[in-house]
Order: sequence, then structure tokens, then C-alpha cells
Amino acid sequence: MKTLDLAATVGSPVVNISIFVAFVAVTMYIVIRASKNNNSAADFFTGGRGFSGPQNGIAIAGDYLSAASFLGIAGAIAVYGYDGFLYSIGFLVAWLVALLLVAELLRNTGKFTMADVLSFRLKQRPVRLAAAISTLAVSLFYLLAQMAGAGGLVALLLDIDSRLGQSIVIAVVGALMIVYVLVGGMKGTTWVQIIKAVLLISGAAIMTFIVLAKFGMNLSSILGSAQDAIAGSADEQVAARDVLAPGAQYGGSLESKINFLSLAIALVLGTAGLPHVLMRFYTVPTAKEARKSVVWAIALIGAFYLFTLILGYGAAALVGPDKILAAAGGQNAAAPLLAFELGGVVLLGVISAVAFATILAVVAGLAITASASFAHDIYASVIKRNKVSEDDQVRVSRYTVVVLGVLGIVLGILANGQNIAFLVALAFAIAAAANLPTIVYSLYWKRFNTRGALWSMYGGLISTIVLIVFSPAVSGSASSMIPGADFAWFPLANPGIVSIPLAFVLGIIGTLTSPSDTGDVERSAEMEVRSLTGIGAEKAVQH
Amino acid sequence: MRRGGKRIPMEDTVSTNPTVAAPVPTGEQFVEMQHSPQFQELKSRLRRFVFPMTAFFLVWYAVYVLLGAFADGFMAIKVWGDINVGLILGLLQFITTFVITGLYVRFANRQLDPRAEALRNEMEGATL
Repeated sequence: MKTLDLAATVGSPVVNISIFVAFVAVTMYIVIRASKNNNSAADFFTGGRGFSGPQNGIAIAGDYLSAASFLGIAGAIAVYGYDGFLYSIGFLVAWLVALLLVAELLRNTGKFTMADVLSFRLKQRPVRLAAAISTLAVSLFYLLAQMAGAGGLVALLLDIDSRLGQSIVIAVVGALMIVYVLVGGMKGTTWVQIIKAVLLISGAAIMTFIVLAKFGMNLSSILGSAQDAIAGSADEQVAARDVLAPGAQYGGSLESKINFLSLAIALVLGTAGLPHVLMRFYTVPTAKEARKSVVWAIALIGAFYLFTLILGYGAAALVGPDKILAAAGGQNAAAPLLAFELGGVVLLGVISAVAFATILAVVAGLAITASASFAHDIYASVIKRNKVSEDDQVRVSRYTVVVLGVLGIVLGILANGQNIAFLVALAFAIAAAANLPTIVYSLYWKRFNTRGALWSMYGGLISTIVLIVFSPAVSGSASSMIPGADFAWFPLANPGIVSIPLAFVLGIIGTLTSPSDTGDVERSAEMEVRSLTGIGAEKAVQH
Repeated sequence: MRRGGKRIPMEDTVSTNPTVAAPVPTGEQFVEMQHSPQFQELKSRLRRFVFPMTAFFLVWYAVYVLLGAFADGFMAIKVWGDINVGLILGLLQFITTFVITGLYVRFANRQLDPRAEALRNEMEGATL
């Protein structure tokens, strides 16, 4: 198990912990101050729709740039080179789907959750239930990946090697998440995201600048040094890699190439179906601000991935692949080790604290999304048939946050040290298969009806999960979740290439096989007019 | 940072219809609006921009990913120093993403916003 590798932890755990504690103290203060005006459900679920486009755009970047994309991508580039870069491009291009097709129309039509839009002109209860189940599934897998990842990060950054110590840290992350969300609601959570995004992006920018300066601002020279360092590795397999061209990680067999294509499809189509990203569009007052949010998010996320490109190759060149792979945390250690190399204990401490803050902010965003969906869609609409007040929804949502937090802690501790990288990819695949087809059809296809939505959502959700259960990610190979067993019959660890087209097709078949359900003409007209003009869109809360 | 609507959202009940409390246009008015030439113009302008643009960037991304998976040799051709075709195409993906974002914002500000606002004023003015 990588996380128990006792090999060199660098830096000073005391400094790392102090900086992290300072982050928690500052954000907690801001969360408490921001929450003073939290009165209504719109305050709790959407921060009163009072954030500006730029603020929300920064928060979206904070939500999106999880520890996986910071430590993971920089590490993948350091060790595998180009293939890590390919990965980050999918994450960026995906935002165009959100910008062009989804963000503004969703903001104009919905209220608190993704399901508001999907069920707008279809049969409320079944569609809401399906959308909420898929929201919970995506959020839970994503949450689990973050929580379990926290364990590995601890080993690396805080020098805590014992299983018990790591479990305690996972519990602390979960507990802090519960407090942030309960106290601050969406407003507090958004401020945590904003602070974290600013720290993360400026930290990465500073490191990028130092790396570039070391190589005389010459990109080619960084690339050359990285390839030289890789070629000089003691590990023959590593030394043989061409890190400047694709293929080091996903190349080889046809199967592995198709697996990569499958991942690429899920990445590019998944983002615009991630419920915690979609919910962020409700925190701004108008569709125009939602547009600005995405523009800011694209600029920041794009810049960040360009930084990780330099950081990844810089880590290979300056730290070297052998030292990275020998560190606790393996390739995830590339960015922290580079920080230590460039700026000593203090810069490492800052970067470590930012990495932690990242996990904290992302889990808080997931928790509020999942709990809002449970309270607003399942409890209020499906169970209570809309006979509850919005205050009751907030109350139920708060209980849900506690349950989710505890569940996240327990599952995170159980999954600590497991191969959890596929969980984030799984969350994207479910979002792309179960959510995106129905979002696009309900916004752009007049005939789309309830059966089409249900077939597409359940078909996408079930096919993705079934395929992953019977894939090499779960059993049948050395790096599987259950290494001893072998019940895999689906060859790809990424199911998107099958499940996403399937869900799109099921939406069409479901609709065409139920021609008698033409929907409510007035409701459809209302949705179309509202989505394009913003008439009757939810307004910002006035305090 | 807060921008106010004139109307206060309804807080006491959950509505299956996620609109606000103040005078909401009726279903008939929505159908009428949907069929108006001005609305159809807005709708077709939006679609004529976003559908081809979406098709373009998805195809361009697909070409890039397929080259990455099946044409390692081509991607590895050095163009300038250690900078190869793969890196240039990858950076071009960033550039096209930024450019499409800019084009869309300009298009939406000039072509969509004024039309949407006119329709909104017309309809909300009629019901207030």
C-alpha cells in the first residue's frame, strides 16, 4: 500500500498543520459572518442568489479543481508526461458544453436543484426522483473519492503513517465539512470555494513562474530536461518512456486506447451534468451573470491546467521521477515535492495546506448539493407531495448533511488506501450518461417526454454502474479494488463509451415509443419562453 | 453584489411550479409568446450559433483525442526544439476553447440579450 510507504516525508508537518489550521480559522470566521443573513431556503440553498458572475466563476473553479486535478494531473504529467496533459484538456473543453448549451437556460428555469429543470414540463414525481437518485449517486462517488484521497494526502504531508492517524484526519475533514455547510449554507460554502481557489491558483502561478525562471523562460528547455530526467531513471520501464508524446500511460494495447477514448468522452460530457456544478448557477441573480461565471471559470481553469503542465514537467526535471515515485503518495507527491524543491518548508506548507483546503471545499460543495436534492426533490416533492414549507426543506437538508458527513467519514476510512482514482471518473461517467442527455433533450427537444427521461436517466445510471462493477477496476487485475476476485467480463475500466451513447439513444427510443404522451402544451411553452428570456426567473433575495 | 428584483419570492409553500409569487404570465400568454415571430427569431438565432459551434468543438476535440490515441508518431514530430506537434495541438485546444468562449459572449451580448430583454419587458409589462 502506497500510503504506508515509510519513505521520506519532506518538510515540516508542524508548519503544514499550522498553515492548514490558519486556513480553517479564517474561513470559519468568514463563514460565520456570511451566514448571519441566512434566513430563507433560497439563502441556504443558493446563497440568496446574490453572488456576482466573477465571484461565482472563482467558486466554480474552486469546486472543480479538486485535489485529483491538482496533485493528480501534475503527478501524471511528471511521471507519464503527455498523457496527463491530455486528461486536463478534456476537463477544460467540457466547459464549452456548459457555457453554450446549459448554464443560462438552466439558471432561467430552475430554482434549487438540477431536477427543477428536468422535471419542469414532465411528470414531476418520477422524473424528480430519478434526477435526485442520480444526483446522490454522482455526489456520493465524488465525495468518497475525495475523503479516501484525504488519507493518502495525510501520509504525504503530515507525516501520519498509522491507519488510525489517517482515519482521524478523514474524520476531521468530514466533521469540518458538516460544520461549514450547517453554519454557512451555500453562502458560506461559496466563500470557502472562493478563498481556496484564489490560494490554489495563485500558489500554482507562483510555482510556475519560479520553474519558468529557472529555465530562462524557455518551455522547450523544460521539456528537454524532463525527458532527460525520465531517461535517467533507475527504473527501466520509466526510463523507456517518451514523456513528450502521447502513449506512455494509455498507449499499448487497443483495449487500453479504447479505454482512454472512453474516459475522454466521459470527461468532456460529464462536467455539464455534474449536479454540484449545475447548482452553482443558482447562486447568481441572472442568466447573464451565469454566463459570466462560466467565462471566469474557463479562464481560471484553463490557466490552471497550463500551470500544471509546467509544474508536471518541472517536477520531472527538477525533482526527478525516482524521488517522486519513492515518496509516500507516489505520483501525487510530485507537486508538493516540487514546492519543497523551489521554496523549502514554507512553500511546501502552503501548497500542502491548499491541497487540504481543496478537499474540504470540494466535499462541502458536494454535501450541500446532495442534501438540497434529497430535501427539495425526494422529501418535499416525492414523499410529501409538496405539502411542506421551505423552512422544512432546509431542516431536512441539514439532517441530510450530517448523515452524508458521517457516511462519508465511514466509507472514506474503509476506502482509505484503495485504488480510488476510478471513482472520480465514475462520477463523471454517471453525470454524462444519466444527466446530460435528459438536460439537453428537455431544453432543446420539444417532443421529449417522461418515458424518454426515465429510460435515459435510469438506463445511463444503471448501465454505468453495472459495467464498472464487472470491469477490471473492481476485480480481475492486480490494481483492482478487490484484487483477489475475478468476476470482470467488461474489458474497460471506463464505461462511458458504451453507457453515454446508450443513454442518449434510450432517451430517443423512450420518447418515440410513447407518442401519446405529448406533454402539457402550456408547460412546454412556459419552459421554452422562460429558459430563453428569463421571464419569471428566480430573483435574488433582498435583505 | 446583490441585485434586486422588484418582487419578493414566495417563501411559505413549495410550489411545483418554481416561479415567483407576483403576477405570473398565464399558460396562454406563454403559448402566445412562444409562437410570436420575435421569440422564434431569438430561438433560431441561439440555435444557429450554439449547435454548429458545439458540433465543431466536439469534432475538433475528438480528432485531437483520436490522434493522441492512435497517432503517437505524428504527435511526436518535433517542430521547434523539444516542442512537438502533440504539444502544439494540445495548446491549440486551449486557444480554441478561449476563442469560442469569447465569440459566444460577444454573440450573446449583441444578439441574444437585447432580444431577450425586449421580450421580457413586453411580457412582464403586460402582467404587472
